[in-house]
Amino acid sequence: MTDDILRMRGITKTFPGVKALQDVNLSVRRGEIHAICGENGAGKSTLMKVLSGVYPHGSYEGEISFDGEPCRFSDIRDSEHRGIVIIHQELALSPQLSIAENIFLGNEQATRGLIDWNRTNAEAAALLDRVGLRENPVTTISDIGVGKQQLVEIAKALSKKVRLLILDEPTAALNDEDSEHLLDLLRGLRDEGITCVIISHKLNEVMAIADSITILRDGRTIETLDMATGEVTEDRIIAGMVGRALENRFPPHEPQIGEEALRIEDWTVHSPTQRGRAVVSGVNMTLRKGEIVGLAGLMGAGRTELAMSIFGRTYGTNISGRLFKEGRPIEARSVREAIQNGIAYATEDRKRYGLNLIEDIKRNVSAAALSKLARRGWVNDNEEFRVADEYRSSMNIKAPSVSSVTGKLSGGNQQKVVLAKWIFTDADVLILDEPTRGIDVGAKYEIYTIINRLADSGKAILVISSELPELLGLCDRIYALSAGRITGEVQRGDATQERIMQYMTKGLD
Amino acid sequence: MSSSTSPSDAALASGAKDAPAPGTPGRSSGLSINVRQSGIYIAFALIVLLFTVLTDGALLQPQNISNIIVQNSYILILSIGMILIIIAGHIDLSVGSVVAVTGAIAAVLMVNYGVPWPLALLITLIAGALIGAWQGYWIAYFGIPAFIVTLAGMLLFRALTLTVLGNQGIGPFPDAVRTLSNGFTDGYLGNIGLGPLGGADLFSLLIGIVAVAGVAITQWRSRAARLGYRQAVDSIPVFLLKVVLAAAVILFVVVQLARFKNLPWVLVLLAALVLGYSLVTNRAVFGRRIYAIGGNLQAALLSGIKVKSVIFWIFVNMGVLSAIAGIIFAGRLNQAGPTAGNSFELDAIAAAFIGGAAVQGGVGKVVGAVTGGLIMGVINNGMSLIGAPSERVMLVKGVVLLAAVAFDVWTKRRAASSSR
Repeated sequence: MTDDILRMRGITKTFPGVKALQDVNLSVRRGEIHAICGENGAGKSTLMKVLSGVYPHGSYEGEISFDGEPCRFSDIRDSEHRGIVIIHQELALSPQLSIAENIFLGNEQATRGLIDWNRTNAEAAALLDRVGLRENPVTTISDIGVGKQQLVEIAKALSKKVRLLILDEPTAALNDEDSEHLLDLLRGLRDEGITCVIISHKLNEVMAIADSITILRDGRTIETLDMATGEVTEDRIIAGMVGRALENRFPPHEPQIGEEALRIEDWTVHSPTQRGRAVVSGVNMTLRKGEIVGLAGLMGAGRTELAMSIFGRTYGTNISGRLFKEGRPIEARSVREAIQNGIAYATEDRKRYGLNLIEDIKRNVSAAALSKLARRGWVNDNEEFRVADEYRSSMNIKAPSVSSVTGKLSGGNQQKVVLAKWIFTDADVLILDEPTRGIDVGAKYEIYTIINRLADSGKAILVISSELPELLGLCDRIYALSAGRITGEVQRGDATQERIMQYMTKGLD
Repeated sequence: MSSSTSPSDAALASGAKDAPAPGTPGRSSGLSINVRQSGIYIAFALIVLLFTVLTDGALLQPQNISNIIVQNSYILILSIGMILIIIAGHIDLSVGSVVAVTGAIAAVLMVNYGVPWPLALLITLIAGALIGAWQGYWIAYFGIPAFIVTLAGMLLFRALTLTVLGNQGIGPFPDAVRTLSNGFTDGYLGNIGLGPLGGADLFSLLIGIVAVAGVAITQWRSRAARLGYRQAVDSIPVFLLKVVLAAAVILFVVVQLARFKNLPWVLVLLAALVLGYSLVTNRAVFGRRIYAIGGNLQAALLSGIKVKSVIFWIFVNMGVLSAIAGIIFAGRLNQAGPTAGNSFELDAIAAAFIGGAAVQGGVGKVVGAVTGGLIMGVINNGMSLIGAPSERVMLVKGVVLLAAVAFDVWTKRRAASSSR
């Protein structure tokens, strides 16, 4: 019997319409570094949120035991009390406060209700020393880089007497040097007896640091690999992550590919927040009429940034490159110009960026092309109703009427409203960012069918997706994006998940 | 997800003109009342009823109705502009000071410089537009929160008022301006006897009848158009009930006014503004943009809506409406004073929120805001009729404002928890 510090048994977590986790098991040995691997959406973050009490006991099924004792956390404070600390991908630091203040945020070093600044700063300095960060504890967080901020997060975890440290994509935003330092630090913590669970896409990193690996796929545990055997390779991990079985989840489709619709040449986009950092560099891409093209890439590869920079420069600064629509150069410097040039972009986050959730279906459908329904500035709202109702029936939007508020629709139906909105702009090029994120299998099939029909009507379609099986099942051609560069282009016949995954991770070392 | 629908027929060709979906032509039950939307009108009716009882009917006496309208007209006009700004998710704290400065400009032009009144009013409206443009620029194009810009505007334009007036009241105004703010339509057609109600102005009554006919005809035509598009409409009895109810309210007010001194000119102006702005918010592309921006700014940006320009123009609009209110207020007092318009912004904002605007933006109606303003007007008037001290009036208005927004938040939370 191994000495497991953590055991999660039969964890099932359901969101409305989606089973995010299904009978997941995870065992972590005391004092090891345990990596969790899986594609985006495989359920890694959900599992960690279950563990840390973000999703309280009762909102999921299954058992958790920590150190042999059963756990029923009702919030994150409960789990921290037991020594389980999670560090999220987006750092939870308060940028205007000092390092020391951040370390002791919520755990202030006070005597009789007054904060003891000397003790706070002295203890912060000691913790900084432990994580190897040479900074004055009174320095403001916004004055230090992301890599150092990550170390502050770890110092904060140490201040809570952490026994199990969970890191979600800790090196995603770090450069090589900072990443290396962080990994060294984790090894050091392991030697001090702190157990680590690390979620990472960077397989080379996982290979370098993990003692064992648990692979998740589609919300299920696939396997746990012991690195001590020395037989685990990156290919072995990829095979586990992408799986083999492809069910018949996609409607059959015979593409009729026509002429070039949109060509992107030498497209480079810089980050609006980090000066001089190119998020997308030198991308060349061609979309043809009637063709469904996929864009694969890991989180942070620059997929959405690429799409939004094309769509009226809604992301990025210092954008350079050329756009050609049907062979002729165009400019799309604003959303209006993009729409006028027949380019549409359906966002990955429909609730935040896609829909006006407090308005009804018809007003959302008409939002991007209201002038089509208006004469001299006055809207014909009966015509608006008719148009929206046509989409409701042709796209099978399940709602009592087009006067139903979109905020109350299910994810799949909301997505159909977003699609209807962009189809109504008469776009010839549709960029669909994660069109099936967070919607269930049945609705996905419907969305795929809509996408196929759109292609058949001569539209050029670019589908961005984190789910490789989806890209393989839907697309006629797939581009892989890694660190802002196109690292591969695969035709439907040649596409395998392993191959695309290799392109997607190219140049990440 | 129902599996009964085969996914294969769930697609489309864009802009398909053929085979329009038979959008189940039905009749809404009519008795199901949208509490969030109509709550304000029910509340208004109850408040009117309450004060009618408390004042032994004095509230609805001809002269008092006229008073309520004239005394609150400038707040109601301001609330029309304010609701647009609040729908867009902004706020304007400067309107009181803008009322003062535009009134002062009008006074100086007409009284000190002898500018003819039509030209003076035109210049004042342009001044209001420029003030709105100034604030709109900082908010929309420079990106400073409206709260800050208009807080600064509140001080700036009050200072400007004092400068323009030289720290003293200026008046009196020409008769035309006084008539607009305080006067009544003439008895062009003489009086007519209404039996036990006594004599009433025929012209006013005719206007009232025309208004009722207008409401009935436009409602009927809109219903017919909706039926033509196979949309759900009210059943005939419910439709008739609504029209009759509206007609009764209009006729009651008009008859009472006709018995007093005919129609106040500000009522005519107010009716035109409410009608015009309701049309803009409901049917104009511009009006729809305001709701889209307030409902989800990011989605509006990504839908190609020129957010900055819309925001800029609603502040210009607010400036113009403030100038109208400024002229009417100054004309009513027959003097432009340094303290004119003090705390009007708070009344206008309260009117908008009592009238059903949402704090987060995206929701609200012109008629709602005007009703909200009238609720406060009736409370003011009714309480002073029963001799309540002013501190108690303030107390009640505060409670009503809080209750109205609490109701809004509560219905929203309930709606959120019932959805998934």
